[in-house]
Amino acid sequence: MDQLLTEIVGKYNYWLYVVLMMIGFYAMIGKRNLVKKLLGMNIFQTAIILFYVSTGVKRGGQIPILDKHAALSHGVDASQIINPLPHVLMLTAIVVSVSVTGVALAILVRIYREYGTLEEDEILEKIRS
Amino acid sequence: MTATNLHLYVMVAPLLSAFAVNLLGRRSRNWIAPLALGALSFSTLGALLTLQRVLQHGGYRYTVGNWQPPYGIELVIDPLSALMLLLISAVALVATVGALKSVEQELPGREHLFFTLYMILVAGLLGLVMTGDAFNLYVLLEITSITTYGLIAMGRGRAPLASFNYIIMGSIGACFYLLGAGYLYILTGTLNMADIASILPGLQGHAAIATAFGFMMVGLWVKMAFFPLHNWLPNAYSLAPTGAGIMIAPLMTKVTVYLMIRVMFSIFAPEYTFFAHPGVQAGIVWVASLAILCASALALAQRNLRRMLTYILVAEVGYMVGGVWLANSTGMTGAVLHIVNDALMTLCLFLAAAAIVYRTGSLDFDHLRGLYRRMPLTMAAFTVGAFSMIGVPPTCGFFSKWYLILGAVEAGHWEFVVALLLSSLVNAVLFFRIIEIAYFKVNPQPSGDGLLAGEAPLWLLTPLLTAAIALLAVGIGSGPLVNQVIRLALPPGLAP
Amino acid sequence: MNYHSSLLPLAAICISLLVTVPILLSDRKPNLRESWTLLAAIGKFCLVAIMLPSVLAGEGFVLTLAEVFPGVPIQLRVDAMGMFFALVASFLWICTSIYSIGYMRSTQEQSQTRYYASFAVAISATIGVAFSANLLTLYLFYEMLSLSTYPLVTHKQNDEARASGRKYLSYILGTSIGLVLPAMLITYSIAGTLDFTAGGILAGHASKATLALLLVLFLFGFAKAALMPMHGWLPAAMVAPTPVSSFLHGVAVVKVGVFSILRVIFGIFGPDLLRSVDLGMVITTVASITILVASLIALSQDNLKRRLAYSTIGQLSYMILGAGMLSAAGMTGGLLHIAMHAFGKITLFFCAGAIYVASHKKYISEMDGLGRRMPLTYGAFLLGSLSIIGMPPLGGFISKWHLLLGAIESQQLVLLVVLLGSSLLNAAYFFPIIYRGFFASPAEGQDLSGIQEAPLCCLIPLLTTATLSLVLFFFPGVLLQLVRQALAL
Repeated sequence: MDQLLTEIVGKYNYWLYVVLMMIGFYAMIGKRNLVKKLLGMNIFQTAIILFYVSTGVKRGGQIPILDKHAALSHGVDASQIINPLPHVLMLTAIVVSVSVTGVALAILVRIYREYGTLEEDEILEKIRS
Repeated sequence: MTATNLHLYVMVAPLLSAFAVNLLGRRSRNWIAPLALGALSFSTLGALLTLQRVLQHGGYRYTVGNWQPPYGIELVIDPLSALMLLLISAVALVATVGALKSVEQELPGREHLFFTLYMILVAGLLGLVMTGDAFNLYVLLEITSITTYGLIAMGRGRAPLASFNYIIMGSIGACFYLLGAGYLYILTGTLNMADIASILPGLQGHAAIATAFGFMMVGLWVKMAFFPLHNWLPNAYSLAPTGAGIMIAPLMTKVTVYLMIRVMFSIFAPEYTFFAHPGVQAGIVWVASLAILCASALALAQRNLRRMLTYILVAEVGYMVGGVWLANSTGMTGAVLHIVNDALMTLCLFLAAAAIVYRTGSLDFDHLRGLYRRMPLTMAAFTVGAFSMIGVPPTCGFFSKWYLILGAVEAGHWEFVVALLLSSLVNAVLFFRIIEIAYFKVNPQPSGDGLLAGEAPLWLLTPLLTAAIALLAVGIGSGPLVNQVIRLALPPGLAP
Repeated sequence: MNYHSSLLPLAAICISLLVTVPILLSDRKPNLRESWTLLAAIGKFCLVAIMLPSVLAGEGFVLTLAEVFPGVPIQLRVDAMGMFFALVASFLWICTSIYSIGYMRSTQEQSQTRYYASFAVAISATIGVAFSANLLTLYLFYEMLSLSTYPLVTHKQNDEARASGRKYLSYILGTSIGLVLPAMLITYSIAGTLDFTAGGILAGHASKATLALLLVLFLFGFAKAALMPMHGWLPAAMVAPTPVSSFLHGVAVVKVGVFSILRVIFGIFGPDLLRSVDLGMVITTVASITILVASLIALSQDNLKRRLAYSTIGQLSYMILGAGMLSAAGMTGGLLHIAMHAFGKITLFFCAGAIYVASHKKYISEMDGLGRRMPLTYGAFLLGSLSIIGMPPLGGFISKWHLLLGAIESQQLVLLVVLLGSSLLNAAYFFPIIYRGFFASPAEGQDLSGIQEAPLCCLIPLLTTATLSLVLFFFPGVLLQLVRQALAL
């Protein structure tokens, strides 16, 4: 039990992401309102983005902005700066997530115009009738 | 332009033409056809030359913008990806000819928007098959998905809702994949596939590898609509504008299967994929068999041609996934050959459906009566496509099925043999039901629109007949195709 | 036998395939359309006949069309057995073409263009089966035949025809995909080849259980041979126009089934292998049951074509029975019966069609006294049925004689009983028809005075085939020699 607790506390950030991810997942699958589904999707994506960003962190690491002269004369101590690659990747992932959200919102607008509601059950009922 | 970066132009041509189509097509829709067809013809030609080069000189790697891997993005051109390049560009070219006419009818005034998305989608697909970077793969996967969402949402009626459901499912799939890639990044510190592959063997037995692999697989399965993760596909593909269906249906699932192969063999090794957890390998073949059977059964319940085709599509995904997971080279050959064949068959059938809907406005079974008399050439091509789905020689469907069944026999997976045979029989029932209606049931009272309907316009008929002929040609030429291309494309390390 | 590369087999197959195009194009010109058919029929027979002398001299032909799987090309090969079947089929197609013209025009059938085109494809497939060098090629043409005959079965386009079409396809396609395809794949994975080789390709590769499984899969998988319980499609297919029933369901389709089974027995298993593992029993048992049951059912049929259909089912099993005896005489008889039965049965079907054309009667009970109005037709019918029963001096006697010899040779007296008993049953279901035709007086209120012989186009073919049944008794030389060569005796 103790061990588990240390595990959780020691990597608390990852556990938070798991919780976030589950919340998002539940919203996507469980909610019947289309906007809530979309929000769930965003939460889900955010959790993954945070997860990636976390991987770049180093204890006591500096932001990866290097002074040209210092770097040339003393070299770079990789342990002193956090890994910038995950951040860069996540910029792209954010772009992707925003574009998906954009498309989804546009589609939601169309759905709303068509059916006058964003509740999935009501829409399905209207389609059936 | 040199020969070494020819493959890059294959992808760039449709991308650039997408913008040109948007700008110029806005002014006059006369621009669209030459731009789209020009770009895709160029791509097809380029892909052909690339394939030829790869077959002669072997595969090669290309770093985009000269950023050295593992930081830069690497493109991998090997026989398999070159084959996929050719398949995608050729299918897209043929599909575009048909789509032009169909979109003109269904989305008047919005053609430039449609074809902008369409061309970006093609570019995305071409990029997907070349990329050698796990993260880049994710980005391109989302590019293709987002364009597909847009294309599907352009359909009428329930299409936006179907598209939204697809977005949710598609995003889950993509996120799972991304998560898996994240695990690999933590483990190896790199996202370059070749790099990961070289580091992974040193980490044998690490539980996180299995997690990464699992997430990536499930993500891709959602994207390819592998049963039981297929729920989004039938609605999305059957409600999409006809012109979009012509291209999306043949290519999307097949490219995703290709990606699965890439992940399984370029990132992980066959020894890991198949033999680290033998129960998993056998289990997935079982699921694939189940997928084939259930999707076939669901197809039986449909009363609309296009919906029926979408369920067959789901069943075909089962064919390919099962073939890959048989873990022997015969099954793998079958799966790769089936990627090619299924793309062509689906193209043929969706084009036929497009031609029918263009003339009659409906694909419900009741509206198909007497169609052979009114559209003989369309229905002849449809029949060829149907025979190929059933697996009648010498259409190409028979030959991939042969390898798949043979692979299953060799691997001792009899459930897969049974599933494949039953699915062929169900396909026979499905298609002969339509042939019977369309051929031997004469329209009782000639309705108004029924009389007007004649043969489809040349713009739809030409690609349709091309596809039908391709089915026969690829079938008869499957010997050389397997020996000279696919055999080279098989990942090393598979049991012979 | 030596084989030379030659385009002749391809030409012989494709001539009728190619002629579908002009047939479809001359949709509105019946005379032109029928000329194309006749031209193709004669051309095909000539092409086959050209190859005959060299086959008799031990020089066959071979042509590889495409290498599709490692070790299994799509390949055509003309050997004695294929030549034997092709000769019979292509000759009878000429007769059927002439007969079709008479029949289809007199009954004013619809969609005749489709009919002639499908027919042409079907005969191509039949010759293709005859000239297949391996099981894959055979399967290809076998499927082509199934699909091309489907429009012929559903020709009438009414509910009954569509239902029969469904039944036809479910049986034929269901078994070929469900049984033959896996059997073929298992064979391939065991033996690594599918070539028809004298002595078989499976010897030494498989256990007895596997062999038995494969044998059963092949026997029932080639459902065109109508072994019980895979026979249900044949009576159902009788809704087709009579030329179709006579040629396809009397000769081409059903015999393609038998031919395929014989090919598999001779070329895939090899008689020696079957003998060594004692599997001939399986074949003879299934065949014997089919013979007896089918003959009994035939007795009770009032619809003339259905009676002939059940008779066909029984007779087909004779051929398989002969092969299953695995003795020289038995196999000779089985193979020979393909030809003898073809001439006899096609005559009978032609007669049934001629009766229908002349009087629009389908049921035997309505045919009392008809023979006196149509003596030529009934005379031919008599010859045909005598040949099927196996009476001298008709062709059928020769094959049955060999079968009897085979039964004695293999010391299976049960089979002797089966053969003799079934011959009695054959007589029992054929003679009443003839008797009623000639001697019974028409039922009350039936006026037969307006009925006369069918048109010449119908009459000539049926008289020709009847005569040939007779001639074959006296001159079976070429056929017998081909059979002997095929069995390498």
